[in-house]
Amino acid sequence: MKAARFDLHLAADAAEAVRHLQGDDAKPVAGSQSLGPMLNLRLARPGLLVDVTRCAELRAVTEEAEDVLYGAALTHAEFEDGALPDATPGWLAPIARRIAYRAVRNRGTIGGSIAHADPAADWVATMTGLGASVRILGPEGARELPMAEFVTGALSTALGPDEIVTAIRLPRRGPEARWSYWKFCRKVGEFAKASACVLADPARDEYRVLAAAIERAPVALPDPRALIEGRADPREAVEAALPFLSPERRALQATATSRALAALETGVPA
Amino acid sequence: MNIPRQGVGAPVRRLEDDRYLEGRGRFAGDIRMPGMLEVAFLRSPVAHAGLRGVAKPEGAAHQVFTAADLEGVRGIRADSGLPGFRSSVQPVLAADRIRHVNEPVAACVAPSRAEAEDLAEATGLDLDILPAVHDMLKARDPDAPLLHDGWEENVFLESGFEQGFEAASADAAIRIRRQYRTSRQCMSPMEGRGVVAYVDEQADQLVVITSTQMPHIVRNGLAECLGIDQGRIRVIAPDVGGGFGYKGILLAEEVMLGWLALKLRRPVRWIEDRREQLAGNANCREHWYDITGYASADGRLLAVECEAIVDSGAYSAYPFSACLEAAQVASILPGPYKMDGFRCRTWSVATNKPAILPYRGVARTGVCFAMELMMDELARGIGMEPAEFRRRNLVTGSEMPFVNITNKIFDSGDYVEALDRSLAALDLPALRARQARGEPDGRHLGVGISIFCEQGAHGTSVYSGWGIPMVPGFEQATARMTPDGGLELRVGVQSHGQSLETTLAQIANEVLGVDPAKVKLVHGDTALTPYSTGTWGSRCIVMAGGAVATACEELAERAKKIAGTLLQADPDAIVLGNGEARGPSGSVTLAEIGSVWYHRPQDLPEGVDPAGLEATKGYKTVRDTGTFSYACHTAVVLVDPGTGAVEIEDYRITEDGGVLVNPMVVDGQVWGGAVQGIGTALYEEMPYDSEGQPLSTTLAEYLLPGAAEAPSIPIAHMETPSPISRFGQKGIGESGAIGPPAAIGNAVNDALRAFGAAIDQVPITPERVMAALARGERA
Ligand SMILES: Cc1cc2nc3c(=O)[nH]c(=O)nc-3n(C[C@H](O)[C@H](O)[C@H](O)COP(=O)(O)OP(=O)(O)OC[C@H]3O[C@@H](n4cnc5c(N)ncnc54)[C@H](O)[C@@H]3O)c2cc1C
Repeated sequence: MKAARFDLHLAADAAEAVRHLQGDDAKPVAGSQSLGPMLNLRLARPGLLVDVTRCAELRAVTEEAEDVLYGAALTHAEFEDGALPDATPGWLAPIARRIAYRAVRNRGTIGGSIAHADPAADWVATMTGLGASVRILGPEGARELPMAEFVTGALSTALGPDEIVTAIRLPRRGPEARWSYWKFCRKVGEFAKASACVLADPARDEYRVLAAAIERAPVALPDPRALIEGRADPREAVEAALPFLSPERRALQATATSRALAALETGVPA
Repeated sequence: MNIPRQGVGAPVRRLEDDRYLEGRGRFAGDIRMPGMLEVAFLRSPVAHAGLRGVAKPEGAAHQVFTAADLEGVRGIRADSGLPGFRSSVQPVLAADRIRHVNEPVAACVAPSRAEAEDLAEATGLDLDILPAVHDMLKARDPDAPLLHDGWEENVFLESGFEQGFEAASADAAIRIRRQYRTSRQCMSPMEGRGVVAYVDEQADQLVVITSTQMPHIVRNGLAECLGIDQGRIRVIAPDVGGGFGYKGILLAEEVMLGWLALKLRRPVRWIEDRREQLAGNANCREHWYDITGYASADGRLLAVECEAIVDSGAYSAYPFSACLEAAQVASILPGPYKMDGFRCRTWSVATNKPAILPYRGVARTGVCFAMELMMDELARGIGMEPAEFRRRNLVTGSEMPFVNITNKIFDSGDYVEALDRSLAALDLPALRARQARGEPDGRHLGVGISIFCEQGAHGTSVYSGWGIPMVPGFEQATARMTPDGGLELRVGVQSHGQSLETTLAQIANEVLGVDPAKVKLVHGDTALTPYSTGTWGSRCIVMAGGAVATACEELAERAKKIAGTLLQADPDAIVLGNGEARGPSGSVTLAEIGSVWYHRPQDLPEGVDPAGLEATKGYKTVRDTGTFSYACHTAVVLVDPGTGAVEIEDYRITEDGGVLVNPMVVDGQVWGGAVQGIGTALYEEMPYDSEGQPLSTTLAEYLLPGAAEAPSIPIAHMETPSPISRFGQKGIGESGAIGPPAAIGNAVNDALRAFGAAIDQVPITPERVMAALARGERA
């Protein structure tokens, strides 16, 4: 299948990209790894594509005292290769390495991934799990939203049609922080059927147990400390928090949550 | 000079690799011609409908073609001569009735594919939607809508076989009945289909370049459908990126492209995309079995009874027909075993799905799954290790050649030895001990075996029995020595991964002593090669190999005569080898022989054989009932009860392909097939909803095994020569794809047994494993 006719504009900077998105028929494109197939299947048929991968702001890494800002057009491969400073104690490269296949990682971007908001996407799960927030630029200027508010559902976000994601802000994590991410895929490179992340950061008093790949935005399970400290049963927590899943998917989700918790326990990097 | 052996048995490196690895292959998609137009098909969005009309876009009447334009073009018809066969006609473009989703309805022609797709999108269909037959088990229901006018039920053919069943089953100590199902699959060669057609005005020929396994058969079909003489059609297979049966049929698209080229007098091209392949074209494998096994308490298999249904889809595909699978089920279900009673009834049912096509291992993969899972059940039923139960019932080496219960003639081999070698490599007692201990990570270990034999290179008597449009006869090859002593081989089969450019050159080397690097294989072109039914049925190394040897033997005689005059020696005293003819007192090179015949005929004596250095010879095996290669596959799996995931920890194959012309090539064939079998076992499935809509229409849903899912598979070879082929070689092209669903299925069930659970369907998805576990828990 070939895409329906469209025009392509290569934006030189973020402001220019936003200006070109003013028409109703325009859409940003980054790595095209999600949008490309939709164009070819003619499920998406924008009249104008605005390529954001040449915008300097979207390719930059900004290191601040508390956070690191990652430009939206950085690729999965750049994270995988350790080419970027890591706000965490080495957690990002293993996440990136297990996204899709290398060919997809060479082009696919972190900003494209969260803007696409596939519920099973790795960055959607892990950036939510790591407490990231999203920097957005629109005609009215810049704003910032926590991931949990940015992703509003399956394939849906708080992004306006003329806004772009410019960066993802990730809080720094110290050596005492612990993390695990466990996902179940039918085969290497496939989207997850169930995933779970666990964060325990005593220094920032931040604890999170997140269920993801559940066909909607990730859900944070209540009382994460009890789960992390083994005082609550992950199966029961999943049963209670995810009533909308089929029994089979819920069972799988319980496995994912238990295994993510177990991996955190033993300190095995997931 | 120490020249390594390059003949039969040598692991010669593939001669075709350079061009493929360096990206210099020429596939249909690489072909561009001046003025060429691209074709996109408008395909049906629904499974079953009356077609009231097609509205071409404004001003595009000369670019959009429908059935109404195809005056004089006949639909594709592949009837079987088996009694009771109901005939279907597959229209080139749907005329008044649509019978499956993505059936072609209009051909749209434009300078680019994208523009052609724009036209397809703008073309309107006026449809009268009908209820669809989406499930083969419901196709014979009295209230099922009928697909074809004049049929009483949606059945292409009912067939069966019975021998000694009542007597043999009467006193069985144990009787176990199971139902098994193999899902519909889509064959997925790396390259999809592709067709380029144009008119060669000088030759007055329609030239159809198509990614096919059988150019001569395609020409037969094109001539029939287009109503033109065969001499006015030339079919060329360029480089073909994998076939597996997917390219062993006549395509409606081939007929359409041929018609368009004749109509427009411009080159036209259609390159199939993945969506067309998955959602409309590449259907195979969907079987259902209701099988009962009977055994004695001391472990003798007494009888097998089975009813089987094959979902043949909407049409009978040319040339293999809609009933080859089901009819074969009845004849090959007994597998490599002895039994006294057998009864099998099969139905090839019609449904609103694309026609079922022969896929590597045709019918055998499903048969092996059903029979081998049943063997495990019977073994467990009488409390015997499944391997031991098999050993007691396999045809033994001393019984060869063996005529089995369905009158198949197993040519040679030792099936028990294959089993024993596999078991020795596996260390079953150690695995059983480990299984009893349990895994530290909570997964469950299972061990599974499958053993089967594969009829290959079967010929005239077998296929004339099926009565399908294609019956192989003598296979021919032309061998032509070039003036510089090189060799051109012309064969009607087509090489697309089988490595025939290498292995046939090795056979020529064996007979003529010509360096394989100096052998050029000409194949895949009706204008340049002898007629052949083409590449299918694991037949090439036996049939084309035998034909090449026969033609080369003839050429050797003639070369020796010429050498005899040059060396002043008796031709019978001359030996060919290492690129030369050696006599008692001297030698001449093949180049000198070629040079004398072509360049210096004045040096040839009076009365020289005028036939020269080019020979076409025909070949058949000693008996045309086929070679029977066989194999034992073993799988060790770990099943995760938390996810339903199956990991293959160990997979091994003991294989007997007779004399191996090139062991390296055989390993490649077996590995490739085995990975496809793993796809059948664990991943590949094309489900349909109740409206007949295909649900795995992209590679995001249709999962294929990739590099990460392919274990490394040690292959142990036995080499029992076949008594019926030229060098003792057997066909093994399909073998690898047959065993995995059964071996893995048995291994998974071995692991699930602790939970009182079992799977009965492939692919063994995590969902199916979890569902089986839940059923086991409830029971
Ligand atoms: C075979 C395959 C397997 C895959 N497997 C996985 C997997 O296992 N895990 C996983 O997480 N992902 C997977 N993906 C998706 C992949 O990670 C994509 O890269 C990602 O989802 C989208 O990134 P992109 O840069 O390609 O975005 P694009 O495809 O270019 O765009 C996606 C969407 O985001 C919008 N967009 C892009 N950039 C911006 C921006 N800066 N601001 C606002 N909107 C923007 C576009 O308009 C579009 O709607 C897979 C993809 C493929 C093709």
